[in-house]
Order: sequence, then C-alpha cells, then structure tokens
Amino acid sequence: MRSLRKGRFRQAYWGMMRWPLALALVALSPLVLVAQTPEMFDPASPDAIEIRELFYLVLAITTLIFVLVGGALAYFIYRFRDPPGAPRDDSEPPQIYGSQPIEIAWTLAPTLIVLVLSLVVIRSVIAMRSEPPTEGTLRVRAVGHQWWWEFEYPEFGFTTANELVIPTSDADAPTPVYLQLESADVIHSFWVPKLAGKTDLVPAKTNRMRLEANAAGIYEGRCAEYCGTQHAKMLIRVTAVSPAEFEKWVADQQRSAAVAASVDAGRQIFMDQACANCHTIRGEPAIGKFGPDLTHLMSRHTIASGVLENNRTNLADWLTDPDQAKPGSRMPNMRLSPTEVKQLVDYLMTLE
Amino acid sequence: MAIAETGQSSAASPLVTQLHGWVTTVDHKRIGILYILMSLFFLVVGGVEALLIRLQLWVPNNTLIGPDTFNQLFTMHGTTMIFFVVMPMLSGFANYLVPLMIGCRDVAFPRLNALGFWLALFGGCILYTSYFTGDALYGLGSAPDVGWFAYAPLTSPAYARGGSVDYWILGTLVSGVGTLTFAVNLIATILTMRAPGMKLNQVPLFVWMMLVDAGLIIVAFPPLTAAQIMLLLDRYAGAHFFDTQAGGSAILWQHLFWFFGHPEVYIMALPAFGIISEIVPVFSRKVIFGYASMAAATAAIGFISLGVWAHHMFTVGLDDRLDAFFSAASFLIAVPTGIKIFNWTATLYGGRLQLRTPMLFALGFLGMFLIGGLTGIMLATVPVDWQVSDSYFLVAHFHYVLFGGSLFALMGGCYYWFPKATGKMLSETLGAWHFWLLFVGFNLLFGPMHIAGIMGMPRRVYTYEAGQGWDFWNQLSTIGAFIMGIGFLIFFINLVLSLRSGQKAGDDPWDAWTLEWATSSPPASYNFEQIPTVRSRRPLWDLKHPEDPDWKYE
Repeated sequence: MRSLRKGRFRQAYWGMMRWPLALALVALSPLVLVAQTPEMFDPASPDAIEIRELFYLVLAITTLIFVLVGGALAYFIYRFRDPPGAPRDDSEPPQIYGSQPIEIAWTLAPTLIVLVLSLVVIRSVIAMRSEPPTEGTLRVRAVGHQWWWEFEYPEFGFTTANELVIPTSDADAPTPVYLQLESADVIHSFWVPKLAGKTDLVPAKTNRMRLEANAAGIYEGRCAEYCGTQHAKMLIRVTAVSPAEFEKWVADQQRSAAVAASVDAGRQIFMDQACANCHTIRGEPAIGKFGPDLTHLMSRHTIASGVLENNRTNLADWLTDPDQAKPGSRMPNMRLSPTEVKQLVDYLMTLE
Repeated sequence: MAIAETGQSSAASPLVTQLHGWVTTVDHKRIGILYILMSLFFLVVGGVEALLIRLQLWVPNNTLIGPDTFNQLFTMHGTTMIFFVVMPMLSGFANYLVPLMIGCRDVAFPRLNALGFWLALFGGCILYTSYFTGDALYGLGSAPDVGWFAYAPLTSPAYARGGSVDYWILGTLVSGVGTLTFAVNLIATILTMRAPGMKLNQVPLFVWMMLVDAGLIIVAFPPLTAAQIMLLLDRYAGAHFFDTQAGGSAILWQHLFWFFGHPEVYIMALPAFGIISEIVPVFSRKVIFGYASMAAATAAIGFISLGVWAHHMFTVGLDDRLDAFFSAASFLIAVPTGIKIFNWTATLYGGRLQLRTPMLFALGFLGMFLIGGLTGIMLATVPVDWQVSDSYFLVAHFHYVLFGGSLFALMGGCYYWFPKATGKMLSETLGAWHFWLLFVGFNLLFGPMHIAGIMGMPRRVYTYEAGQGWDFWNQLSTIGAFIMGIGFLIFFINLVLSLRSGQKAGDDPWDAWTLEWATSSPPASYNFEQIPTVRSRRPLWDLKHPEDPDWKYE
C-alpha cells in the first residue's frame, strides 16, 4: 500500500517537472531575436574596457565554479534519488561523518582563488583611480541637482547642463577629462556604462572620476543613486566630438547670450517672471543658479535632463505644465497664458 | 492564568477564550506561530507591492503608477520583506524549534519573548499606519519614499517633508528593539537550558546557527537603532549628524546603516542555512557531512560578516585602501560559505534522497543560493561593482540570496515543521505545485534582471525610456512575478486545506533524528513529559539504532 502511493507520487512529480522545463525553454527561445550587446560589454573607453575584461575574468571563474558545483549537485540528485517504485527499505545508507582531507582541500582551493582575485582587484583599483589630473588636462565640475546635471568648465568660464561635451581621446596619446563630482542637495551617481563605472555625487564631498571616449558619438547614461521623486528621469548625455569640433563648441559656449529685438516680449516675461530667479542667461540680468544655465539652450538636443527632445512643441509643453513630462519636477508651473508661452518660447529659441 | 492547552481542549473552548489565550501567551511555541502568522500576513502585503512594481515596469513610459506612489512601493516592499517578513519568520522558527531541539520546556525569559513579538508586530503596524496618516509633500496618506536604506540627506526635513519618514524610522526602530530582546533570550536559552548530556558541540546545526545569528543581532542592531535616533534628533531637535549643509556627513549614515545592513544579510541567511542543515540530512537519510567544519564555517561567517559592510559603498569614493580591504574581506567570506555548500552537497552523496516538498525547497535553495553567492563574487570585484552596483544586476543578486536563499529555506521549513506544529501533513501534491511554480517564476523574474542590469538599467526607476532594449527583460520578470504569485496562492490554499483535513502526521512523520520529533505533534505546552538525556548530535538516531549509535563516532 505504502509503496503504491509513493510510486504514484513519483509519477506525478516527474510529470509535473516536465512542463515547467518546457515552459522555460519556450520562454527563453525569443532571446535570439532580442539579443543586443549590453552596454557594459560594448565599452568605448580604456577604463570601461578594463572593467569589461575584469568582468569576463570573474564571469569565467564563477561559471566554472557554477558548472562544477551545480553539476555535482544535479548529478547527485539524479544518481541518489530514491529509485521510483523501489520497495520501502528501512535500512539506512552508510553514514559518512566527514573527511578531513576533503574538507581541507575545499577550504584551501577557494582561499587560493579569492587570494588571486583580491590581488587582481587591488591592482586594477589603483590603476583606475589614483592618478590625479595633471597640468593642462580638461576638468569639468559636475554638480548633481534634483533632477538635473550642471556641468561647469572652469578653465573656459561657462556652465551648461545635462549634456556633457568632451573631446575624443586618442587611445595612443590619451587625453582624459577629469570630472569633479559634487552635489547641491542629495546623493546622486554619475553613470555612463559605455565610458566608465559609476561614481557618487555626495553633498559636502568632492569625488573625482576620469572620463574618456575613444570614438565620437553620443553616450547615454543616468543617475544611478535613488535621489527622490524624479530619479528615473535624470538622464545624462555625453557627446564626444573631435578636438577641433570641441574647440569650436567651447568658443560658441563662451559667447554671451544672443539678444534679438524681435523677441523682446518673451525676454521681458523671462526677466519679470520668476524664470530669472532660477536660470542664468549670461550677459543678461538673469543670474539664478537653481536651475540649468540657459545661455545656449538651443545648442542642446534635449530638455528636462534628457527627457524631451529640444524643440518648439516640447518647450511650450514644458513651460505650460512641467508636471506633464516630469511629475514632481522642481520647475514650477508659472500659469502662463498661451500667448506668454509662445512669446517665451520664441525668446528661448534664439538662445543658440 | 488562562494559558489554553493546545489540542482538543482548546478546540472546545469559546473563540474569545482561545483568542485571549493567544494574546496573553508566553508559550514559546505559540509565540513562534504568532511570529510566522505575522510574517505570512506581511508576505502577502509585500508581495502585492512587488506585483504593482512589476506591472508599472511592464512597458516603457508606463503611466499606471506615478513616481511618488512607485517610490513608496519599493520603499515599503524592501522594508516589509526584510523587517516584517524574513525577520519575524526566522524569529518564529527559532522560537518554536530551539527549546524543542535542545530539550527544554520553554525559553529562558518567556515574558521577554512575548514582548519581543508584540514589539515586532507593533513596528509593522507603525510602518503601515503611514498609508493612512503619514503626511508628506503629496498630502495625507503618504508612505515613506526614501528607499529601505533611507540614505541621508534624502531623509532630512528639507527633502522629506512631512512625517512619512518618521513612520519608517519608528517602525523599524521598535521592531529592532523587539529583535534584540529575541536575540538575548535565545542566547541565554541555548547556553543554559540544554538537555542533560547535550554539549554545546552536540546541538543541532539549526540551534548552533541561531546562536551565532543571535550574537550577530546583538552586535549589528544597536548601530542601526543609534543611527535612527540620531536621525530623529536631526529631524526634530536641530542636530546635524547627517545634515551636510551644517557640517554633518551623509557618509556617516551609510557607515552606520551598513554596519547593521550587511550583517543583517547574514542574520537572514544563517537561519536558512540552519534549516537546510536539518532538512538535507533527514531527506538524504544521512548524517550531515562535516558537522565541525559546518559549525566553524558558521562562526567564521559571523565574524567576517562584521567586516564587509563598506562593499555597499564602493561607488561613494572612499579611500583606495578601504576599498581594497572591504573587497578582500568580501571575497574571503565566500570561503566559509563555500564550505557550507560543499558540505550540503557532500551530504547528498551516497544518500537515499527522498524528494518530498521540504527537500525540493532545500535543493532549490542550494541552486539559487549558489547563483546568488557567485554574483556576489562579481560584486566584490570593485571595478565591476562600479558598473553593476545600483543596477538591476544588484537587484537580481540580492533576490537570489534573500529570496532564492532565505525565503526558499523558510518555505522548506514550513513544509518540514508544519506537521510538528499542527499534527497535520501539508499536501505533497499542492506542495510540489507550490515549489515548481515558485522555482520557475523566481528564475523568470530575477534571472532576466541580471541582463537588464548589464544593459544599464538602474534600480528604483519608476519608468524607463523606450529603445533601451530593456522592455523584453522587464516583461519576462513581470510574467515570472505573477507565476510566483500563483505559487504562493497555492501555498496558502495548502495551509488552509491541510489544517482542516490534512493527513494525520504522528510524532515523527519524516523519521528524523532531532529531539523535536521525540514529543507529540503538536507538543504539549510543557514540551516533554520527561526531559530526555542526550549522548550525541542525533539523539533519535541513537534511539532507533541502538546497535549503531552516533556517540560511538563523535
């Protein structure tokens, strides 16, 4: 009676196990279609490449351990499971209390592995972090705000926001950019996976980070430390351009804001309303520091920290109701009339 | 005193008397069951929060749940699962089992024990009251939204307006004090109340691991309590511990929190290790391989786990030497953890494995915890951590450790000891369904998170832009979450059905070897009619095999 029940249980058990496995296979099959190289494994800077190599090394070691231990586990389960339908046997298998040589062996082997790994880690941490910026290297002060990024180029005397522009660096004669990371409010974290690992921006502390791109292009990143309501929409764009283009960009940014008489109505609204209290427009009375510098707003591709494309419609929507695109944003709804919004957008669009 | 007797006598008494008995009880077994019931209640709450999170992440730019609600959900989910699900469940198991396993009649301080439980429950109630009376920027009914580790200065009045953060502080503070009383009690019980003849190196491994666990609690919880009081002083008494604008330090909070937070991971893992160390031998029909090295590894984990906390802070910009130290220490803890996994696996070797539900969960634990441990090695590799830290890779890692690890083991423990506590067997068929749905759902939920993470998806985002390649992986995760939800539904159905009409269990349904199986199911309030005398680590083996007793070999 008892063995019959056990047999039925086992049948049900294997029957049940078959279909979750099949389900898992079906679920995993579309992987081929959506495969896309993960950003971390498609790096564009020496530091990110070194991290990838290190990742591959650890991945190889852990995969080996997984196959060995997981394999033993699976084999033992298969080999030593109570055979289906076997008559109930009250005798117990041989009791093995332990084995000193085996236990010493599997203590020493992992110890050696982690010793080697520690040394590798220490070497690469020192290589990647402790080199201070030398004379003549480009420095950018990056300040995290709820929920946008301020980028100040102290050598060139201007500030921009959310889109960091850097010159490309030749792999043979590297010219990395050094970021000086600070925070104006809570903790943020600067993370552009293709270029480097993340570093936190901690209030009342200055962190340093090396940024380098070997090819021109736009590299996307984001804040990686939870920083409040709109943590999700605090995106970073790093644009790497050739050194020549970079020089031209710097020269453009150094100019004061354009003033066109045709948009005087919009300019007046900007200076009279609270806009000027939070935003700077260089060469104008607007010297607020709470929000992004708008001197060359139209040189940027996005607004609201990478959330919206920078164009007339989005600017108008943003001014009308910032909470629409970014609920909880620190940008207030100024309750402007549609005419005022249009005049203001006209003015902003001249800030090239 | 109206301590109702378990079993038939209480079934006949009116409901009010029964309830009164439960509320006023100082019986360690009843308190244990209360802890587990509390844990199961909050498991449902935290689980529903997780399902809502997964629904919101189903498609990019989803507007189902707004940012404020979402941020409250992940804060409450994390806090609930750690402080009000895993902690009470492990306290429940320890409370119920330790006195039975060491052959005594109750814990050392039964009234303190009751206080610990009611504080834990009170803490949970405080936390959830925030949904009704918490006030914040968004108005009344705001739960805390600062994340379960509540980094300063996000918790300062300037950034967390209103009182919702206070509910987090007070809820976890009160339950933390409860946990401390539990630990003190447990240590006293294990050290002084073992059955005659039972030496400290003969206690069941679950008891040994709970002893180390309680020691860790006593070292790790006070810094958290201190930090929380400092935060309250900051918020209400004008102190500046964490106020960076006035010379305070945001990093101080991180040190204090993680000095609790990392040992906490092991506080939640050690009881799981203990449960596995009981289940695997019984269902392999073999003695545990290497009891002494298992016990030593536990002590080593306890010790090393106090020196790894700053591996949560590799991106903070600490000194290189600190990063190197904490990286090496984190690697080192893999050694004793490895010993445990090897010992469990070796116990299977040459056994006669009986794949009943508790064993399914134990084996599931071994596989999942192995994966969680190995991704932990990746995270201890500092430069790799700079990339994957605070991404979904990390979310996957700690769920493999805490869910695939701790919770799988605790579920296995439910199936293993349910017959002892109720006298009824849980259904094996429903149990197998529960396990397989959980196992498949779990891997479908958390496996793809590794990939979303290395594709650049940070944690704690309420939505994400299209075109990142993250949609597919998030959808797999959401499907997995709902499969797990069905698994848990089956578990609860199983609990109710089996309690009502389950097979009778008898005293020793699994033919096991530790003392709790030597008494009736459920045990009487005094546990044992006669306190047993113990000569080895498996007293019931000695009883069942008088011709070949364990004490000959120890």
